[in-house]
Amino acid sequence: MIRVGVVGLGKMGLSHLSMIRAHPDVSVEAVVDSAGYILGVLSKYTGLKTFTDFEKMLDSVELDAVLIATPTRFHAAMVRTALDRGLHVFCEKPLTLTAAESAELAGVAAVRGLVTQVGYHNRFVGTFREAKRLLETGAIGRVTHLQAESYGPVVLKAKGTTWRSKRTEGGGCLYDYAAHPLDLATWFVGNATGVGGTILGSVFSESTEDEVYSTIYFADGVSGQLSVNWSDESYRKMTTRVSIFGTQGKIIADRQEIQVYLRSTAPELEGYEPGWTIRSTTELTDEVWFYLRGEEYSAQLDHFVQRIGDPSLPATNDFASAAITDRIIELLTADAAAGPATTTLVGETTASTSPKARRGSLLGRRS
Amino acid sequence: MSTTAPRTADSGGPLTTPGSSKLDPVLFGDNQFFGINHRSEEKAREQAMRFQDLDAIMAVIDDAYASGIRTLMCTTHDRIADVVERVRAEPERYDGFSFFPCMPYAHKYADAVTESGILGALNRFMPDEGMLNAMMRGGRSLAKKDIEGIITLLVDAEMAGFAGVRTPVVWLQNVVVDLLLGLGFTDAFAIFANHVRTRYGAEPGFITMNLPMLLDHLDQAGIENPLVCSNINKIGFRMSGGVEAYQDALAKRPFRAVAMSVFASGAIPPREALEWISAQPGIESIVFGASSRSHIESTVALVREFEN
Repeated sequence: MIRVGVVGLGKMGLSHLSMIRAHPDVSVEAVVDSAGYILGVLSKYTGLKTFTDFEKMLDSVELDAVLIATPTRFHAAMVRTALDRGLHVFCEKPLTLTAAESAELAGVAAVRGLVTQVGYHNRFVGTFREAKRLLETGAIGRVTHLQAESYGPVVLKAKGTTWRSKRTEGGGCLYDYAAHPLDLATWFVGNATGVGGTILGSVFSESTEDEVYSTIYFADGVSGQLSVNWSDESYRKMTTRVSIFGTQGKIIADRQEIQVYLRSTAPELEGYEPGWTIRSTTELTDEVWFYLRGEEYSAQLDHFVQRIGDPSLPATNDFASAAITDRIIELLTADAAAGPATTTLVGETTASTSPKARRGSLLGRRS
Repeated sequence: MSTTAPRTADSGGPLTTPGSSKLDPVLFGDNQFFGINHRSEEKAREQAMRFQDLDAIMAVIDDAYASGIRTLMCTTHDRIADVVERVRAEPERYDGFSFFPCMPYAHKYADAVTESGILGALNRFMPDEGMLNAMMRGGRSLAKKDIEGIITLLVDAEMAGFAGVRTPVVWLQNVVVDLLLGLGFTDAFAIFANHVRTRYGAEPGFITMNLPMLLDHLDQAGIENPLVCSNINKIGFRMSGGVEAYQDALAKRPFRAVAMSVFASGAIPPREALEWISAQPGIESIVFGASSRSHIESTVALVREFEN
């Protein structure tokens, strides 16, 4: 039995708690949250041992691992404390608010030989795993471009009252939403060498962004485009799609299906034909021991548990990999803060070409 | 509002089991109306576009009615209230028609939690905002009657839209059932069941993706012969615990099974899927969604064929 403590019982923490408590190889020894009413309900109805203080919990119960799902600004200190006590750590995404800290924590964990994982659940989605497998076999030749998109209906009015609406606490569309397609992009084509043209736009939010658009330059000349908007109510729930263009074909993947187009010159591949092949999540998804909200959420926790049992298993989403995503998030923030870098043709003046100026004059004529 | 007369059943009459407390053998689902498709985002979007028109939804429901289907197993999505209103307005046209509400519509709550936190979201959906605040003041922990109060008020808020139509079964959605199941919050099942029975005179139902495990917990909660809806299909799609454990439960355990996702979102051809389902013991009913008259009719025809 792997003894786990769960820290932070918000939306993610509660669902993690439910899934991991149902895991046959795990015993949840204690839970921690600052909200007394949740602890009261859990202790009364589920018999869980509850704490309002993280360190007190660590002092009071014997653990092998912790699962941290607090607001992002608490991650760094809690993760460090847990690692210092020799505990394996599963932490919600993003890992921390600075790339340097994430990289450092990855180093600490490596030195101590501890298992780490960050909750980028998309890497456990059957269709995205298939995309990764196809890329590794060179199915679409040399990759030239990648487009990573996420849209969903999170912020649909101006006022939010939780940490998720405050950028300084790790809220906002970049940390909360864009981190997912970004992380998939780095998984598919590697680390970024730079970013440009980043826009962190507001649709409704006052103190954070609701849109993230950017050009990302990856290693080996692969270009990428990121397009994310969490104020898009035309989507029922968060929808992430990655399109990957290669010299021999292309791959379009979302949670439900993977659409692959192969040129007739592409290398032969079992199960795929020249032209379109479409495979669905129903055939690409492995069964899980317990299903709450998508197999990937269960599968990622199982991966963590399996790796604690056998740390030699290859890691998906360890701290080192999450630190790469955190670094790109930092690059995007810096690039957006630097303001627009635009190219105009010699002789053009900004005033006559700016859409804003034109719109102004049109309005002027009407009135 | 559409004024055309409903089509009459093409064959076989209503798919009901009169004089019995059993569910109809076929229930009509509503995923297709709300852009939910487990196999394709594109298909989901096409459907969302088509069914933003209430008449388009009603036309499909009329087709289902004409094929003999008398039950809509539906979410508590805001737009279902419009469907309820149409049905309520024409009792003769929809004679014998029932709704099986499935609550809560989880995305509504999940998005509210992201925006306002758990308490904030609860507050937003509670009929009396002051009540929860009063309970929370001073940080005192919630007493059992408070929990019962919250659960029953949330149920009542979801049921408000169904006043005046038949709701013989009220379901708790899988995302809530399975959350409570994993947490070990078994008492909540009994609170829900008790409230649905006493307040609405309805049979409580539980939707789950973890059938074998849930049956154990419903036993513990003292809910006898429970009505449970879960994925049951030939390829084991979203059947946590495995097909064999499900088949074992169907054969041996006392519960009333409703099978959903019998076609595994289109992965199994209809005839093969329904033939397999009909060979499983203990399945009282199947729920399926479709957007075209031909799909509805062919599915109903297959069910009638295997019934005999």
